[in-house]
Amino acid sequence: MSRLPSAFGSEPAFIPYLAVGDPDIPSSKQYVEALVEGGADCIELGLPFSEPIAEGPTIQKAVVRSLSGGITPDAYFEFVDDLDVDVPLVCMTYYNLIFRYGAESGTAAGEGDYAAPGPRPFVKRAAEVGIDGFVVPDLPAEEADDLREACDEFGLDLVFIVAPTTTDDRLETIREQVSGYVYVQARLGVTGAQADVSDQTAESLARIADWDVPKAVGFGISSGDHAARVVEAGADGIIVGSALVDIVADGVENDRPTAEVADALREKARELKEGALRSAKRSPETDGR
Amino acid sequence: MSSDSSADGKFGEYGGQYVPEALMPAIEELRDAYERYVLENEDGFVDEFRQRLGQFGGRPTPLQHAEHLSARYDREVYLKREDLVHGGAHKLNNALGQVLLAKYMGKERIVAETGAGQHGTATAMAAAHLDMPCEIYMGETDIQRQRPNVFRMRINGADLNPVTAGRGTLKEAISETMRDWATNVDDTHYVVGSVVGPAPFPEMVREFQSVISEEVRKQAKEQFGTLPDSVVACAGGGSNTMGAFAEFVDSEARSASGRSSGRSPREDDEDVSLLAVEAGGSSLAVDEEEGVAPNSASLSTGGQGVLHGARTKVLQDEWGQIVESHSVSAGLDYAGVGPELAYLVDEDRVSAVNVGDDAALEAFHRLSQEEGIIPALESSHALAYVEKVLGPERSAATGAADADAEVDDEAAELLGDRIVINLSGRGDKDLETVIEETDKRDIPNAPDMSEFAGGL
Ligand SMILES: Cc1ncc(COP(=O)(O)O)c(C=O)c1O
Repeated sequence: MSRLPSAFGSEPAFIPYLAVGDPDIPSSKQYVEALVEGGADCIELGLPFSEPIAEGPTIQKAVVRSLSGGITPDAYFEFVDDLDVDVPLVCMTYYNLIFRYGAESGTAAGEGDYAAPGPRPFVKRAAEVGIDGFVVPDLPAEEADDLREACDEFGLDLVFIVAPTTTDDRLETIREQVSGYVYVQARLGVTGAQADVSDQTAESLARIADWDVPKAVGFGISSGDHAARVVEAGADGIIVGSALVDIVADGVENDRPTAEVADALREKARELKEGALRSAKRSPETDGR
Repeated sequence: MSSDSSADGKFGEYGGQYVPEALMPAIEELRDAYERYVLENEDGFVDEFRQRLGQFGGRPTPLQHAEHLSARYDREVYLKREDLVHGGAHKLNNALGQVLLAKYMGKERIVAETGAGQHGTATAMAAAHLDMPCEIYMGETDIQRQRPNVFRMRINGADLNPVTAGRGTLKEAISETMRDWATNVDDTHYVVGSVVGPAPFPEMVREFQSVISEEVRKQAKEQFGTLPDSVVACAGGGSNTMGAFAEFVDSEARSASGRSSGRSPREDDEDVSLLAVEAGGSSLAVDEEEGVAPNSASLSTGGQGVLHGARTKVLQDEWGQIVESHSVSAGLDYAGVGPELAYLVDEDRVSAVNVGDDAALEAFHRLSQEEGIIPALESSHALAYVEKVLGPERSAATGAADADAEVDDEAAELLGDRIVINLSGRGDKDLETVIEETDKRDIPNAPDMSEFAGGL
C-alpha cells in the first residue's frame, strides 16, 4: 500500500529529487539519507533513461553520470530495497523502462520476439522493494491505462503533471487518473534551477484548488524563499530537483568527498524545508487542505 | 478537442502520444489544425500547398526509366526522382507542408531537428520562402559529416543549435528540439522531419509525403499502363518510405492506421510489393553491453518500445535503454522508426529488408557511373537492395547454398518485373563522406579516391 498520504500531514511537504546512481550507488545512498535528515517528507528517486526529453542540462548530466556508473532497473530496485529511510518513495522514470522491464533482450535479434512485457512486472517489483508511486514525465493520462491498472493492482499511486498549458478538458482527464499528489509544473520548459519563481504557479494552483489530492509544485524551485512563496500561493508541497543535483554535480566536478556533498545536501534541504514551513506558519489560511 | 482523440492516432498497437503534459495541448491544437486544413482543405490550405509544391518545389518529379540498371537486372527499373525536388530530397514535401500549416495556425517560430541536414535544409528553405524565423537542432557528429547542409541552412537564414549530448546524432537532436518545443510551445511549431513522433505527426507527415506515390501511380499508368510490381524505398524514420507506399496500401490495412483523406480501397493495391530497406550498417547484431547497434535496422531487429513520443520498434538494450545506432548514411542513423511502418511490417504488408554500409557505397558509385545520377547515401540503400537480390554477383553465387538461393528467389520474385526505386535524394551532401569511407574500404567499382586526398 502506498504511504504517500503520510507525506502530506499538517505541514507542507518537502519532496527532493535525485537521480539514483549519480555518481555511484553508495554515494547516492548517503545523499538520500542526508536529504531525509534535512527534512524530506518524501523522495523522488530518479531511474535514469537514455532519452530524458523533459529534463534540462542539469539532470541530463546527472543521467549520463548515473548511466555510465552502470545503473540498471535491477540495480535501482536493489538500491531502494537496501534504503533505510522512513519516508514514502516515488519512482520517477520514463515509460520505456517500465514498458520493457522483464524482457530478455531489447531486440528481436532474429528470434522474432519483439513484444514488450508491459508495465506489470516493473510495478510488481517496485511494490516489492517499497516504492509508493510513480511519476512518468512522458506518459500523459491518455496513454496511462495499463500503468494505472498495474498500480491499482499493487496499491501504488500514479502522480500526473499539470502544466501551465494544460487545458480545462485535460484537467478533468488528469483528475480522474491522478493519485498520491498532483505535480504542478511551475513553468513551461524543462527541469532546471531558476533564479525566480514563476507567476504561473499561483494561477495553476488556483485552477485545481478544489481537487482532493495534495498539490506539489516543482520545476525551478531553488531556494528557501522560492519554497516559501510557492507554499504561500497554496501548494501542499514543493518538489526540488535540479538545485540539489547541482550540488551533486559540484561534488563530482571538484572531487569533493561524499560526506562533504552529503552535508551540503542536508543543509540545502533544511533551507528549503524551513522556507516551506516559514510561509505555512505565516499564512495558515492558504493551507488548502 | 476531446481527450479521446488519441484513439485514432494509433496504428494497431503502435503510435500514440508519449510526450510531456506541457506538450499535449499543442499536439491537440495541431491535430485540430491538421484535420481542418490538411484533411478538409479549410481556407484552401491544400490548394496553396500544392501550388507552392509545384512552383517552389519543382513537382511533379519524373518517374524515370533507368536504362542501364534495367539492362543489368533484366527487369524494368524506374527511378522516382525525388532528388530533383528543390533542395535535393523528398524532405521539402513535408517541410513546406508543415511550415505552411504553422503559418495558418498563427505560429511565429519554427524549430526542427535534422540528421543528414536534409530536413533542416528543407525546413530552412521553406521558412525563408514563407518568412518564418527558424532554428535547427543538429547533433555535433552530424554537423561534422554534413558540412554542406550546415552552410545551406545558415545561408537560408536559419539559426543552428549544435547538440552535444550522447553521440550527437539524430536521436539527441530530436530530444533537444522537443525540449525547445516544450519551453516555447505557445508561439512555436516543431516541424518533425519524418513519420515519427507523437500523433498526429506520423499520419500528417505521411499525408504530406504521399504526393510521391500519388505521382508514381499516375505516371506508372501513363508510362506502362499498369502499376509497378514493387516499390523499394530506404527507411530511416520512414517518411520517403511511407510517401512512396501510401497510395499502394489499401484502406483496410489503413483503417487501423489512422485516417487517409477520403481514399477508397482499390483492387490492385495488394499487387504492389512494398520493400523498406533499412541500414544494416556494419553488422546486424546489437551489443547490449556496450549500448551500441552497429546498424539502424529497427524494423528488422528492434523490439517494441516507446521513443520520442510514439510506441514503435526501437533499438534498445535488455532494459529498454535506447542504444546508439550506426549507418554510413546520417539520414538513416536512427534507433527508431515510424509507428505506421512498424505496424505494416507486422501485418506483412511491407517487407523490411536491409543492406550494409559497403553495399550502399557500391550502389552509390554504380548509379553515379551508370546512370549519371549521384544518389544520396540514404537512397543508395534502396538501390543496393535491388543489386543484392538481382545483381550479377548474386546470380553467380546461386547454387552454392541452396537455402539461401531459395530465399533469394523469393526476394527476386517479390521485386517482380517492374520495379520502382524511390530515389529519395541526391548525393552532393555526401561527397565528403563517400570519399572518406570509400578510401577506407575496398569498394570494387569506385574510382581511385587518392586524387581527392585532403577532402573537398
Ligand atoms: C535523401 C534522404 N533519404 C532518406 C532519408 C531518411 O528519412 P526517411 O526515412 O524519413 O525518409 C533522409 C533523411 O535525412 C534523406 O536525406
